[in-house]
Amino acid sequence: MTKHTIQLTINDQTRTISIDARKTLLDALREDCNLTGAHAGCEHGVCGACTVIVEGEPVRSCLMFAVQAQGKTIRTVEGLAQGSALHPMQKAFTEQHAVQCGYCTPGFLMLTVAALEKTPHMDDEALREVVASNLCRCTGYENILAAVRIAADDMRRRP
Amino acid sequence: MKPAPFTYHRPLSIDEAARILSDVAEHDGRIIAGGQSLAPMMAFRVARPHHLVDINEIAALDVLTIEDAALRIGARVRHARFIPGAIAGPTGELFAKVMPNIANYSVRSRGTFCGSLAHADPASEWCALATLLDAEIIAHSVRGERRIDVRDYFDGAMSTTLAPDEIVIEARMPVLREGTRTGFYEFSRRKGDFAIAMAIVAFSVENGRITSPRVSIGGAEPYPRRIHEAEAALDGAAPDAAAFAAAADAAAAAVDPMEDAMTDAAYRRDIVRAATRRGLEQAMQ
Repeated sequence: MTKHTIQLTINDQTRTISIDARKTLLDALREDCNLTGAHAGCEHGVCGACTVIVEGEPVRSCLMFAVQAQGKTIRTVEGLAQGSALHPMQKAFTEQHAVQCGYCTPGFLMLTVAALEKTPHMDDEALREVVASNLCRCTGYENILAAVRIAADDMRRRP
Repeated sequence: MKPAPFTYHRPLSIDEAARILSDVAEHDGRIIAGGQSLAPMMAFRVARPHHLVDINEIAALDVLTIEDAALRIGARVRHARFIPGAIAGPTGELFAKVMPNIANYSVRSRGTFCGSLAHADPASEWCALATLLDAEIIAHSVRGERRIDVRDYFDGAMSTTLAPDEIVIEARMPVLREGTRTGFYEFSRRKGDFAIAMAIVAFSVENGRITSPRVSIGGAEPYPRRIHEAEAALDGAAPDAAAFAAAADAAAAAVDPMEDAMTDAAYRRDIVRAATRRGLEQAMQ
């Protein structure tokens, strides 16, 4: 199989990697970029643990081939915090105990950050709809929602 | 859970895509747009295309416009585009009603309307809506362009009359008249799951009587179709509970429901009845 050499901008860093066409963006991030924050859950688009932000949109990285991300701007959970300062969403997840085992957390963070960056003002029904996109099997949805509501306020107040 | 190897192609124009697909179609070459159905099938190795022709870089497929009273939806238009206000009039309102029921937020940011038509899942909301609106599917190949009436398009569950070398580049459908009332109801066991059945309806009310009724049922049979028995029950009737119940009964009687381990025919028929009635009631709200 021919290797494809692609350039990705991930968390403001440009990376050039060489991959097979069949490699998912998720596997390329984890194996070729050493970014293991996006988690492999179901690997067929159901659970959302692998969610990253591609060109501003939340994307299940197990359903996108890395070769399709050529030239694209990608954000992963590793890029959320600014140094030691947590992103409002990370802070709220911590404080509201929206994390139990933590496996789904990076996906939830990237999903909700992308949704709120696109639509800063969402009513509760819309937020529930967004959160319903990903699976948390520690049944932490109420705490996740509480965190997302607080982070939404916090994100709106920041420039 | 890793897809089988394939050769990747990234054309920049529709003609280039058609040329490539014409070369690779016989080697199980496939188009990939959003990939939100194809990629999972490849992960399960239910699909093992030897070639993928990626149409995501073809900007000409972004068209989403109303032209000569027809809505044109290009093959790169993603589900999330159909937010309220994106398309004018009752047609746009109906698209915005249906859209949030498709999969989930992330999938909607990537999956496409035309991709849903090409995939032809029995429970596809867009397939049922294209059926309701008498859509035309525009298929492109090196042999030229072919317009397929939606009634001649589906060929079974996840099967269409597209030739292996044809690309769905656009769907086109006449817009609903101003004042048309619309409703949508589907039932699935989990948020974002495949619907067991759904109803999409449209009608006008003139002088207290229903005119131009349309009822499209999806999810119940291998592919969606207009249920003329239900439409006949509505045509000319007052838009009241009795007419809606009659239409719902007619729809339930007319379908030949699919069965699976979780859902027998009688249950699916009941869901068709309830979905039709609730869709019609919603149209009056």
